[in-house]
Amino acid sequence: MNDSNSKKNSGSTRTIRVGALARVEGEGALHLVMNGDQVEKVHLEIYEPPRFYEAFLRGRDFKEVPDITARICGICPVAYQMGSCHALEKAMGVFDDVTPEIRELRDLLYCGEWIESHVLHMFMLHLPDFLGYESAISMAEDHGETVKQALRIKKLGNTLMDVVAGRSIHPVNVCVGGFYKAPDPKAMAGLLPEIEACLDLMCELTLFLAEHITYPELVRDYEFVCLNPEEGYPMNLGGLISNKGLNVSQEEYGKAIEEQHVEHSTALQSIIKGRGEYLVGPLARLNLKSENLHPRALQILPKVCTLLGSQLPWRNNFMSLPARGLEVIHALARSADIIRNYTLPAVSRVPITPRAGRGAHGTEAPRGVCWHEYETDHEGGITFARIIPPTSQNQVTIESDLRDLAKLLVDVTDEEAAMRCEHLIRNYDPCISCSVHFLKFTRDWEGGRAGAVSQAGVSDGD
Amino acid sequence: MSGITIPVQTDKPKLAVYKFSSCDGCQLTLLNLEDHLLDIAGAVEISFFLEARRRVLPPPYDIGLIEGSVSTPEEEKRVHQVRRDCKYLIAIGACATSGGIQSLRNWANVKEYADLVYPSPEYLKTLETSTPVAAHVFIDFELRGCPINGGQLLEVISALLAGRKPNIPSYSVCMECKRRGLPCVLVSKGEPCLGPITQAGCGALCPGCSRACYGCFGPMDQPNIGALGGKLTGELGKTNRDMKRMLRSFNGYLDPFKPASDEYERLEQQEK
Repeated sequence: MNDSNSKKNSGSTRTIRVGALARVEGEGALHLVMNGDQVEKVHLEIYEPPRFYEAFLRGRDFKEVPDITARICGICPVAYQMGSCHALEKAMGVFDDVTPEIRELRDLLYCGEWIESHVLHMFMLHLPDFLGYESAISMAEDHGETVKQALRIKKLGNTLMDVVAGRSIHPVNVCVGGFYKAPDPKAMAGLLPEIEACLDLMCELTLFLAEHITYPELVRDYEFVCLNPEEGYPMNLGGLISNKGLNVSQEEYGKAIEEQHVEHSTALQSIIKGRGEYLVGPLARLNLKSENLHPRALQILPKVCTLLGSQLPWRNNFMSLPARGLEVIHALARSADIIRNYTLPAVSRVPITPRAGRGAHGTEAPRGVCWHEYETDHEGGITFARIIPPTSQNQVTIESDLRDLAKLLVDVTDEEAAMRCEHLIRNYDPCISCSVHFLKFTRDWEGGRAGAVSQAGVSDGD
Repeated sequence: MSGITIPVQTDKPKLAVYKFSSCDGCQLTLLNLEDHLLDIAGAVEISFFLEARRRVLPPPYDIGLIEGSVSTPEEEKRVHQVRRDCKYLIAIGACATSGGIQSLRNWANVKEYADLVYPSPEYLKTLETSTPVAAHVFIDFELRGCPINGGQLLEVISALLAGRKPNIPSYSVCMECKRRGLPCVLVSKGEPCLGPITQAGCGALCPGCSRACYGCFGPMDQPNIGALGGKLTGELGKTNRDMKRMLRSFNGYLDPFKPASDEYERLEQQEK
C-alpha cells in the first residue's frame, strides 16, 4: 500500500515501513530499520488477530475437526482438512485401512486446491510485481489474454474441488476416514476435455514465465524441507526430508523442529532444532523431488531450465513463480490420470470406532508443509491440538531473505525499496490468515521510541 | 506530465473490501467469480481491496464489503471508520454476521485460551469476545454463509448497483434440498441434519453429499429449534451436549442458535 509508507530519517538511520502488505492472503506488515548500509532490524509483522483454534478444538468431537480446521484458511482449506484427517486416522488406529481409492480421491481434491491457489497467487498476486503493475486488474488492461487464461485455469481448479467435495472454499464432503460420498464418475469424466485444454495453456504460460520474466538475483543457501513419499510428488504421504540431512517420520517431525520466540518478534517461529531456519513450499518440493513430477511436467522441465538459464536446484526464491507453474502442470496432468482411472469405489470411507489415541501428520499445502497433531479421549473427543502452518515455518527465512535484500537497496528510494521487499515477501505466497500461531507485536525501537510499531495505526489512520 | 498529478476520474461506484478476523474465504469468493471478475472490475471501481491490489483510492466508497468478526481492540475502533467511509456497508460471511467460529471464546475464558496456544499470552491484544459487525455499527445488509455463496454475492452487488433490494431467501435448506430432489438425510438416514433450521443459500450441499447439514449459513427466519432438538435427542439419541455442540459452530453466537445452545448447556448441567 503505497500511501502508508513513511520516511523518517534520524541521522543515518532509515526506517522503511510498509503499512499494510497488499496482495497477500491475510494481513501483515514489514518494518525495516537500516543504519547506513547495515541492516539493523527486519520485522515481518503479522497482525492477524488470534483466533485460538488449538484451544477451542479441545472438547470437540474428532468428526468435527476437518470442518473446523478448514476455516483456518479460506485459500487452502483442503490442506487443513488433509492434515486433520490423516492425523486423526492415526489417532483412531485406521490410518493403514484407508483404501488406495480414497487416497487417489484425496490427491485429486488436493490437486484442485494446488491449481486454484497457485494460479491465484501466480497471476493475480505475484506476476503483477514482475511486470510492474499494482494489481492484476491493471495488468489485465495490457495483458488481458494472459489474465483470462489464468482465470480459466483457476476456475477449473475450483470446479475440480466442487465435483469431488461439494465446494472449493471449505469443502463439505471430506471426513476422517475418507469422503461422505464418492463423487459421480460421469461428472468427473466430464472435466477431462477442460483439463486437457488447461494443461496445454498452462504449459504455454509456464514457458512464457521462463522466457519473458526477469528474476531478481537473490541466491541463498536454503535448507529445503518437504515430504518424501515412496512414490509420486510430495502431497499427502511420506516422512520429511531436507537437503541438509533431515530425514524423519511424521511423528518425529514435531520434535525435530521447535517453535521459538526470537528477540525481535513475538511470533512463534519454527526452526530445525540445533540448526535453524528452513524453507517449505514449491521451491523445496521441486528441488528435492523433481524426478517425481508427472511426466508431462518432467517433459517441459529441461526447456524451462534452459530458458531461465538455471538448472535445478534453484536457490533463488523469486523462481518460485515458474516452480509453481511446473506444479500446476503436474497437478493438472495428475488430475487427468486419476479421473481416467476412476470408477465408483466400493467404500467412500473406512469405519471408525472412537478410541483414545494420538496422531501426527503433515501434508503439502500449496505453500508448504502444514503439520497437525491431536490427542483424543476414549469417546473421540479432542484433548490436545497442535497445528504448524507453512507460513510460520517460513517466517525466519523470509526475514533472512529481507535482510540480504535490504543490503542491495541502500541506494534506492524508500518507495522503491518497499516495493521490492513486498515483492520478495510475495515469493512465499504468505498465507498469514493461518493465525493459529501468529501474533502481532508491539515493541520500542530506535532508542526507545515508544509504540512505533502501531498495529492499529496501519488501517485506521492514526 | 511532470509535476502534474492526474487523479483517477471515474463515475463508476467505488467498491471497498475489508478484512477483520477471518479466514479470507469470503473475499476469495469474490475472486472466485472468475467468469464475472473482469465485468465486476468494469462495473465498479475497485478502490480498496488489499488482498487483490496495491492501489488504494481515498474514501468515501459507495459499497463496502466487510469480512470477519470484531475480535481485537484495533478492530473495535476501525469498524467505526469503515462505517463512516461507506455509503452502503454489507457484512459478508459467518464471521461478520455472527462472530464466526472464533466466537467460541465468548463462552470461555480468553486468558485460558491464550495460555493454551501462546507461550507469551501477555503480548496478545485481543478482546474477550468475537462479535458480528452489526454489534458495533449499523449494517445495510448481511449476507450469510461460511463461506458466502458466490451467486448470492453477485446478486447483492447487482441489486445495489440497480438500486433494488437483494433477493436473498430466508427460508430453510430443506427448500433447496427438496428442489434438488435429494432424499432427506434426517428422515431416511437418521442423520442429525440442521437443514430444517438453517437458512438456504448453499444449494443443499451437505445433503447432496449424503451428510447432515451443519448449519454454516446460520439460522433461518424463525426456526423451530425445539422441535428439531426433540427429534434429535429423542429418536436419534443425541445428547444435550451434542445439541449444544452442533449449534455452537460457525454461527453459534447468532440468535436464536445462541440462546438455544445455552438452554442445551443448562440441560446438560442438570444431568450431571
